[in-house]
Amino acid sequence: MIFAFDIIILIFLIVAALIALNVKDLLSASMIFGIYGFLICLLWAEMGAVDVAFTEAAVGAGISAVLFIATVYNTCRRSSD
Amino acid sequence: MADFFQNTLHDHFNYWVYVILMMIGLWAVIAKNNFIKKLIGLSIFQTAIILFYVSIGVKVDASIPILHHHEEPAAHAEGHDKGHKADYAVGEKDDSAPAAHDNHDSHESQESHGDHDHHADAHAVNPDLIANPLPHVLMLTAIVVGVATLGVALALSQRIYKEFGTLEESELLEQLKGGNVDG
Amino acid sequence: MITKVLATVAVVITGALLLYGTADFPAFGDPNSPASAGVEGGAPSISKYFITESYGDTKVPNLVTSVLADYRGYDTMFETVVVLAAGMAIFAILRVFREEDDLVPNASHSEGNSFTDGDHSRIIVGTTVRLVVPVIQLFALYVIAHGHHSPGGGFQGGVILGASFIIIALATDLGYALNRFSEKSYFNLAAIGILIYAGFGVLCQVLGSNFLDYGVLQKVLFTDGPEMARSHSMLGVEVGVAFTVTGIMFAIYANLSSRGTLKSGL
Repeated sequence: MIFAFDIIILIFLIVAALIALNVKDLLSASMIFGIYGFLICLLWAEMGAVDVAFTEAAVGAGISAVLFIATVYNTCRRSSD
Repeated sequence: MADFFQNTLHDHFNYWVYVILMMIGLWAVIAKNNFIKKLIGLSIFQTAIILFYVSIGVKVDASIPILHHHEEPAAHAEGHDKGHKADYAVGEKDDSAPAAHDNHDSHESQESHGDHDHHADAHAVNPDLIANPLPHVLMLTAIVVGVATLGVALALSQRIYKEFGTLEESELLEQLKGGNVDG
Repeated sequence: MITKVLATVAVVITGALLLYGTADFPAFGDPNSPASAGVEGGAPSISKYFITESYGDTKVPNLVTSVLADYRGYDTMFETVVVLAAGMAIFAILRVFREEDDLVPNASHSEGNSFTDGDHSRIIVGTTVRLVVPVIQLFALYVIAHGHHSPGGGFQGGVILGASFIIIALATDLGYALNRFSEKSYFNLAAIGILIYAGFGVLCQVLGSNFLDYGVLQKVLFTDGPEMARSHSMLGVEVGVAFTVTGIMFAIYANLSSRGTLKSGL
C-alpha cells in the first residue's frame, strides 16, 4: 500500500489502455494488452491481493494474450482504425 | 482549500482512474470498427471493474490474507470451542484497539485453564491488520469466467471471418444489408 | 463518424455521473469502511467472521482458499461448470471434421514433429522448452497442492498446467502436442474434474448431511474432528477444479489456433 507506486502504475495503465486501442497492427495491440494485464497484476500484488494477482498473471497476461494472438494469426492482421 | 484538495486526491484518486478506465473500455466497445479492438475494449472494461471491487477490500498497513504461524489462534480442546468463539465474537464488536486488547485478555484467561499444551503464541487475529478476503474470492471467479467468455467471443469472431471474409463492422453491415445475405 | 461522436457524448455523460458518484465513497484503504467493518446497527460484518473464525473452523491458513472452497463452495462448483460449458461452446462453434478449403491458407512450415528437427532457427526455443516444461508441470502440481498455505489453489495450478501443454504446442507442431494430450483425453479430464467436485457434494449427502457440507466426511476420512475433514475435502475439490481448467485451457487453445481442424496450429 504505497501511494506513490499506486499513482505511477495507474497512470501507466491508462497509457497502456489508450495505446492498445489506437495502434493499427493487431499483433501489437495483443502484446500491449498483455502488458496491461501484467500492470494490473502488479497493482493487485501491491494492494495485498496475492491470490488475485497470481490468477491474473496466469490467466490475463498469459492465456488471454495467447488466445488473442492465435485469433489474429488466423484472421486479418491490420485493422482500419 | 489546498488541504481539502489534497485529502480528496489522496482518498479518491484511485476511484477516478477506475472510472476513466471503464469509460475507455466502454467507448472502445461502441465506437471501434474492428471486432478484435472491441474485444480488447471489453476486456479493459472488465478488468477495471474487478480492480474497483478488489480495491474496496484494501486496508492501510494491512498484511495479506494468509495467516502466519504466529497469527494462528492457539489450539484449544474440543469442548471449549463454542465458548471461545463467543468470546471472539463479542470482543470484535468494539473499535480496533480495544478489541485487540480484549481478545488478548480473554485469550489469556482461557489459556490459564490448563488444558492447553500449546506453547502460548497468544496473539489473537486483529482484523484491521489483515486485508479483507471476501472481494478477492468473488473476483477470482470473475476473472476465470471472463477468460472463458473471451475464448467464446474469439471463436465467434473466427467464424464470422470465415463466413464473411472481414472483421470490420462497417463492411459487415454493408454485406448484410446489400447482397451477401447467406446463413 | 457519427457513431464516434455519439459514443463520445454517451461516455462523457456516464463518466461524469460516475465521477460525481465517487464523492460518496469511503476513503481508499479505510479499515472502518462498511465493506470491512459493517454498519452500525446492522448485521455483524461477515468478513470479520472469516478473518477471525475460519482458521478455527477449517484449519487452513489461506483465508481466500478456505472461503472459496468451503464457505462459498457452491459458487466455485458452478464457476467450474461455466468453464466446461465455454469449452464445449467453442467445440460446437469451431470444430470441423471434414477437409474443406479455408479462406486463409495456413502455410505451416513445420512438417517434422520433434523439438528442433534440424531447423537451426528453432534451436533456442526448442531446447529451452524441452528443458523447462517438466519444471513448469511440477510447479503447477505444487501450486495445486500447496494452496492451503500459500497463494495458489486449483485455478492457478490448472491454468499453469494447461499452459505447459500450450507451450509444447508453440515450440513444435500442434500435432505433436495432440499426440500427447488428445481431444478425447482433455474432454474426459475436464468432465472428470466436475465429477470429482459434485461427487464430494453427493458423498456428503449420502452420509446424511447437506450438499457440500464437508464436516460430515470425518467418518469416511478417519480424522478426529470436522476441521481436518474440511481441510482435506478442500484439497479434493481443488484437484477437481484443476483437472477441468487444465483440459479446457488446452481445448480452447487447440481449437482457436487451428481454426477448428486440429491439424496444424501457430
